[in-house]
Amino acid sequence: MRYLPLTDTDRQAMLAKIGAASVDDLFVDVPEVARLDGPIHGLPMHASEMAVERHMKALAAKNLVAGDVPFFLGAGAYRHHVPASVDTIIQRGEFLTAYTPYQPEIAQGTLQVLFEFQTQVARLYGCAVANASLYDGSTACWEAVAMATRVTRRKRAVLSGALHPHYAQVVKTMAHFTGDEIADAQPAITPEPDLDGLIARIDEDTACVVVQYPDILGRISDLTPVADAAHAKGALLVVVNTEPVALGAIRSPGEMGADIVVGEGQSLGVGLQFGGPYLGLFAVRDPKHVRQMPGRLCGETVDAEGKRGFVLTLSTREQHIRREKATSNICTNSGLCALAFSVHMTLLGERGLRELAAENHRLACLAADRLAQVPGVEVLNTAFFNEFTLLLGGKPARQIVRDLADRGVLGGVSLGRLYPGVKALEHALLVAVTETTTEEDIEALARELEASIKETV
Amino acid sequence: MNAPNQSGWKPEMQVAENGFMSGPVTTTGNRALMLEEPLLFEIGRADVTGVDLPPVDANAPSRLGGLARSEAIGLVGLTEPETVRHYTRLSRQNYGIDLGFFPLGSCTMKHNPRLNEKVARLPGFADIHPLAPQNAVQGALEVISQLGEWLCKLTGMPAVAMSPKAGAHGELCGILAIRAAHEARGDAREVVLVPESAHGTNPATAAFANYRVEDIPATPEGRVDVAALKARLGPDVAAVMITNPNTCGLFEKDFREIADAVHAAGGYVYCDGANFNAIVGKVRPGDLGVDAMHINLHKTFSTPHGGGGPGSGPVVLSEALAPFAPLPFVRKDEGGTFYLVEEENREERGPSFGRMTAFHGQMGMFTRALTYILSHGADGLKQVAEDAVLNANYILRSMEDILHAPFGASGPCMHEALFGDKDFTNGLSTLDVAKGLIDEGYHPMTVYFPLVVHGAMLVEPTETESKAAIDQFITAFRAVVERALAGDEALKQAPYYSPRRRLDETAAARKPKLAYEG
Repeated sequence: MRYLPLTDTDRQAMLAKIGAASVDDLFVDVPEVARLDGPIHGLPMHASEMAVERHMKALAAKNLVAGDVPFFLGAGAYRHHVPASVDTIIQRGEFLTAYTPYQPEIAQGTLQVLFEFQTQVARLYGCAVANASLYDGSTACWEAVAMATRVTRRKRAVLSGALHPHYAQVVKTMAHFTGDEIADAQPAITPEPDLDGLIARIDEDTACVVVQYPDILGRISDLTPVADAAHAKGALLVVVNTEPVALGAIRSPGEMGADIVVGEGQSLGVGLQFGGPYLGLFAVRDPKHVRQMPGRLCGETVDAEGKRGFVLTLSTREQHIRREKATSNICTNSGLCALAFSVHMTLLGERGLRELAAENHRLACLAADRLAQVPGVEVLNTAFFNEFTLLLGGKPARQIVRDLADRGVLGGVSLGRLYPGVKALEHALLVAVTETTTEEDIEALARELEASIKETV
Repeated sequence: MNAPNQSGWKPEMQVAENGFMSGPVTTTGNRALMLEEPLLFEIGRADVTGVDLPPVDANAPSRLGGLARSEAIGLVGLTEPETVRHYTRLSRQNYGIDLGFFPLGSCTMKHNPRLNEKVARLPGFADIHPLAPQNAVQGALEVISQLGEWLCKLTGMPAVAMSPKAGAHGELCGILAIRAAHEARGDAREVVLVPESAHGTNPATAAFANYRVEDIPATPEGRVDVAALKARLGPDVAAVMITNPNTCGLFEKDFREIADAVHAAGGYVYCDGANFNAIVGKVRPGDLGVDAMHINLHKTFSTPHGGGGPGSGPVVLSEALAPFAPLPFVRKDEGGTFYLVEEENREERGPSFGRMTAFHGQMGMFTRALTYILSHGADGLKQVAEDAVLNANYILRSMEDILHAPFGASGPCMHEALFGDKDFTNGLSTLDVAKGLIDEGYHPMTVYFPLVVHGAMLVEPTETESKAAIDQFITAFRAVVERALAGDEALKQAPYYSPRRRLDETAAARKPKLAYEG
């Protein structure tokens, strides 16, 4: 077998050293009832690299590749161009096959990357400190709520109706078990988010209010009033961002008074990958909250010769030291995705990120204008970045999305898919546009959408 | 200590400043191929980019609702050649499996096959959206289904939850399923029992799910104290979390008896599957009475550890817990079409405890793990466990004459060999041995874990090392241990040859500097 270097001669020599007659003698502690007499029945035997590749390619071929068709899906996962050098760098064995930097003297590569990554994320979010990543945006969102309950010693979280419904589900799943109270809501189909309604739901028992920016319908608005209202009641403002590219164009959540900013980092460097692995980003505006943060933190220090170096730090918050008193049970984070994000961000820089954001917004405006011309279609948003909501004149969006796929266009995410069974949202379609979208793609969507609406009852 | 020790190592030759051995101090701080690299923020510029994009048109139409950024973000950029060089230089300050032996106990640092990487990058897997219409992603759903089927068969369990994002997330999944199952029958239980040798994630997970955690002691031979555990069982105990093989590297031979007792008391058995590599294809946890077990695809099934993730932690579940599995999950209809069961499938979702993550789990890890599993097949996976266990026992028996092996008399070890620092002299510690191994060109073993052994050193060779590589490691390990036994003062300053010497972790924590300032 190509991955197993021991020969039978090696095995015999090693067994002799151990003093065992056969390898089965090493499994004597396994109870009789659980010992297998040979390879597990009903499963195939080993296969060559060529045969395995053929099998996997056949599976891959059954999927409709985003890059092969006009593509407009978003809702928390965005298709951006990832520069070629990102993938070659993350495939360097020294990064790919290293582990959590428990031995900092021989992990300065990973550690310096994490320090740079933390700095990039903190600045992007307008915060003081970011951690070394979490699993994804949705789990980061729950971790933010959990942290807010620790900081405020309150147990109630108010979720904006325009928070990604899957994120809200994750928070509710977890809160059910922790005993925290989650006040959630459904999004109202309005051109602008109802921030007054949200503010009215904050009370003296509220640990945090959770707002997505841009929100699930693609809308953006100044969150400063929400921050002020939350702070007036002693609550924290948690802002969730699922599209980091947006922050190259619009004000940062920290600037608007967010206390904890979390998000999905997938847009930069990571790719769609059917939903994972992705990259949870987590930052706090006030350094005094650092000791309540979840996840790994990398910090600067010096070595015995006085040279600058980096280590994982403040680990007294973490499970391997604090066990049941830890701030989170998280161990592994999303290291390689953090590297990919950081390399992509380094290639972009301040200038590139701003240009990328501007190009996304330019094309999104173009698309919104063109799609608004389709009979029966209306653009909901007053303001948006690269994603907006279309109202389809009473036609079921979910059916239209499937029909568009049959016509060779991946036309967006229907709110019917995200909010199944909610009548008021069935006729809305979420459309995302990035720098990978061409004007021909927009034209194709407009054309096929028009045809699909006509033919859909 | 000025005399060379048995391995011929003369500390004073190496530490001499500007001496013959260490050479002159260089102007750059570089030493030939060992290159210093500044921070990105010291070399990047705000107006430089490595991506060609159209310049920002200040007059372009904007629908940003008056929220356009006015302040600088504070980022810096590099061109492509500078970027490649920055990260290539940084990479060379890292130790990875590709460079050498990485016996980090309980982490299963095995070779990461490159076919896995190639397959995961096929556009049909890498470039598909999680919310694409299901008729456009049948191949992806089939990958999840095929991998799930393999995991069920390899563990002898009837069901699997694929969405957990890493081992600790998988633990959470299992514990939440257990809580949901108790709740469903109106049984409010408050306590989870965890052996004191467990990974820290076990008690942290149980506490996160609002359980009170109680420790169960270990016996002198390094296994769970069955009598103590049985004595603690009762109507308030929701579950026990047991790692098998355990963190002392031993198989819990009374596991079945423990499971039966827990079940008789109305509790469930969570098995931490971090060490599944020792028994994959040899033993099915389902035959031992397990109700839930997570599988770290980044350990047993060779997906890369990536400098700290991403992991992937599918959880196999018993009949009793399967109905409570998290959303979404993949099913196949009678016509052979795969579909997702999500919040909307009210009948099919049954009493599922809900969603743990936004999408469907770590698809990029599923494709890699399935590729690995198909490469090995049922016969190859059995050989994996056998070779992993053989290698660990070989190290155990090659070291125990000079290094304290607290459970060496407890029978064969499984996939990792555990040692302690009992006989070191002159204040030398496990940490010093670890740092000495760095100078010898090795990544150290796991140190100071499990907590039940003083100065623990947990060595997990995995099956992907050759006998020659293991023999070479044993020679180096013995040499360093001999220095610790002899009280070699110079070892306290190791490592000497790594990109950095010992780092001041106390200073880092006392006044945390967690971002570049300037």
